[in-house]
Amino acid sequence: MSPSAITISGVDKFYGPIDRGVHAVKNLTMEIAKGEIVALLGSSGCGKTSTLRMIAGFEEVSRGTISVAGRKVHTLPPVRRNVAMAFEGYSLYPPLTVRENMAFALKAARLAKSAVDAKVAHIAKLLEIEDILERYPSSISGGQQQRASLGRALIREANLHLLDEPMGQLEPQLRAVLRGRIKHFIKERGLTAILVTHDQTEANALADRIAVMEGGVLQQFDTPDRIKERPANLFTGTFVGEPPMNVFEAYVGTTDGKISLKLPDGLSLDYDKDAFSGPVRDELLNRQRVVIGVRPYAVRRSKDGVPATVSANQWLGDQTHIAADFAGGSLVLVEHDRTRLELGAPIKVSIDPKNLHVFDQARGDAISHGTELA
Amino acid sequence: MEHTSLLERILRGIALALVVIFFMFPIVWILMMSFQTNETILRIPPQLVFEPTLANYTALITGKLMTAAGTLDIAFMRNLWNSVFLSVTSVAVALLLGVPAAYAFARHKFRGSEDIAFTLLSFRFAPALLVLLPLTLYFQKLGLANTYIGLIWVYQLICLPLILWIVRGYFEDIPADIEYAYRIAGHSWFATFRKIALPLAGPGIAAAGLLAFIFAWNNFVFALVLASADKQPVTVGALAFITSSGIQYGQISAAIVLSITPTLALALYAQRYLVEGLSLGAVKG
Repeated sequence: MSPSAITISGVDKFYGPIDRGVHAVKNLTMEIAKGEIVALLGSSGCGKTSTLRMIAGFEEVSRGTISVAGRKVHTLPPVRRNVAMAFEGYSLYPPLTVRENMAFALKAARLAKSAVDAKVAHIAKLLEIEDILERYPSSISGGQQQRASLGRALIREANLHLLDEPMGQLEPQLRAVLRGRIKHFIKERGLTAILVTHDQTEANALADRIAVMEGGVLQQFDTPDRIKERPANLFTGTFVGEPPMNVFEAYVGTTDGKISLKLPDGLSLDYDKDAFSGPVRDELLNRQRVVIGVRPYAVRRSKDGVPATVSANQWLGDQTHIAADFAGGSLVLVEHDRTRLELGAPIKVSIDPKNLHVFDQARGDAISHGTELA
Repeated sequence: MEHTSLLERILRGIALALVVIFFMFPIVWILMMSFQTNETILRIPPQLVFEPTLANYTALITGKLMTAAGTLDIAFMRNLWNSVFLSVTSVAVALLLGVPAAYAFARHKFRGSEDIAFTLLSFRFAPALLVLLPLTLYFQKLGLANTYIGLIWVYQLICLPLILWIVRGYFEDIPADIEYAYRIAGHSWFATFRKIALPLAGPGIAAAGLLAFIFAWNNFVFALVLASADKQPVTVGALAFITSSGIQYGQISAAIVLSITPTLALALYAQRYLVEGLSLGAVKG
């Protein structure tokens, strides 16, 4: 593993008095390697922006330490942390042109004018803002301001680049193009970046690893694939993935030598004992109640499945989303063909045990993914 | 711009003219009085046509007031200078203290910060006369009575809360992230204050300064009680025109004209920058 670019250990953030104020970030520990792109993903108020601002030095760390490039920085003023940041609200300097805004930090770092011009030209091309370089922030659109702000951060050679919702205001087409370019730019230069976003597509596309946060607690910190395939708990399982994972409460029992997951409405999913590995079987049978989760694209329609009733049917151009009333709740299926089902039509669904995620009923921790223990 | 009929425009012009005449009349009348002698001023009915005289102005500038009872020394020019000195210094001190304080109150929430800010504002709640009596006693004990320092200090009651609260609002309107962006780009806290916060709040600071200047300039009671003749500003000095042999309307008018000139000039001068600064604004996307 390459050397650590940033180490966050045991960090707490309280707004207001320590231990009595609002606990925004709870005992956060993360290590990010040099050259890595990490996305902090979560809904608003989950603590992701507070974390970013503590790294930048705009918020005090209530407890714990933050080291950047092996140096403890959490007590240093922002100027001495060698960190670049793109702000969600752009925060361009109104009296300066876009070019001056971008060149600003480089001039502060006493770079030669020719070098500054070359860098500005390069970044401006990358972000498609060459034509507005001489304009003032007040005269350009929100999307352009956001790109200028992003450019102002990317242009710097800092130990760490912090990007707060860097593409929220861009049009979808441009966003897709820029994601690729920005990732390439960061990787090419071996920069380390932490990106705050609530858009999982953006996190998946840009990040090497995603840190899912909720309620100030880091839920899972892993690669996009593993977060999708092996969610650490019910929150991550249902938060990441579009459409979201289907979840149902189930009682575990055995009937005729089969493991059956009994759902509400008298339905039951029955599996051969051999379908699960020994430890998973033991874990399941040890518990009375569990929560099972299955991704919409892993639910199949089959003749010998469990009955459900179609409640919605949408063709999205490349896939069909089918919603069905199932076991006292709603189940969503994704099919890649254009399926036409009447509302109220009876269907039968089956779930391969390979695609089954089982969570602890009380705490939400993952017990097993497919046939393996979590 | 909406379309308006000719009639509407004429009516609007007349209405505007009436308003202007109504508000400008006292000033114009005073200006006219300042070029007349007491006799022509007091003539009934008042006359619009008269023979202008500069006697009032010469009297003020030379400091020799001619009355029916003889010549009287007045210190009008001295008073004018006192006004300028007291107002300018008070506003300067208030800006020096108030702007950084406003910044601190706007940007840092510390224990009791709201209370301190409110206490400073509450200085303006108390009737001046109520404060003056104990203040006079203290000042006499401290040896501050009848000194410029003492007066400037008391004038902070007028200027400081005004500047603090107006400028604080302007600082709060600047998104904190703009300052953060500057700091993270490699600048100290102080450089950020100087290069980002101050220029962006510039129009607000100018407006607050101007307002404080006008308030300080127009102050009467503080100087009346705390200053003797040689430290008095024009507001108090004007009392000298009420003499044993009558009220010197001509000289009073001339004194008014002279004493509103600096504030008027300052307001006209600053207005240009105020408007300019406000139109530059547009801090937010």
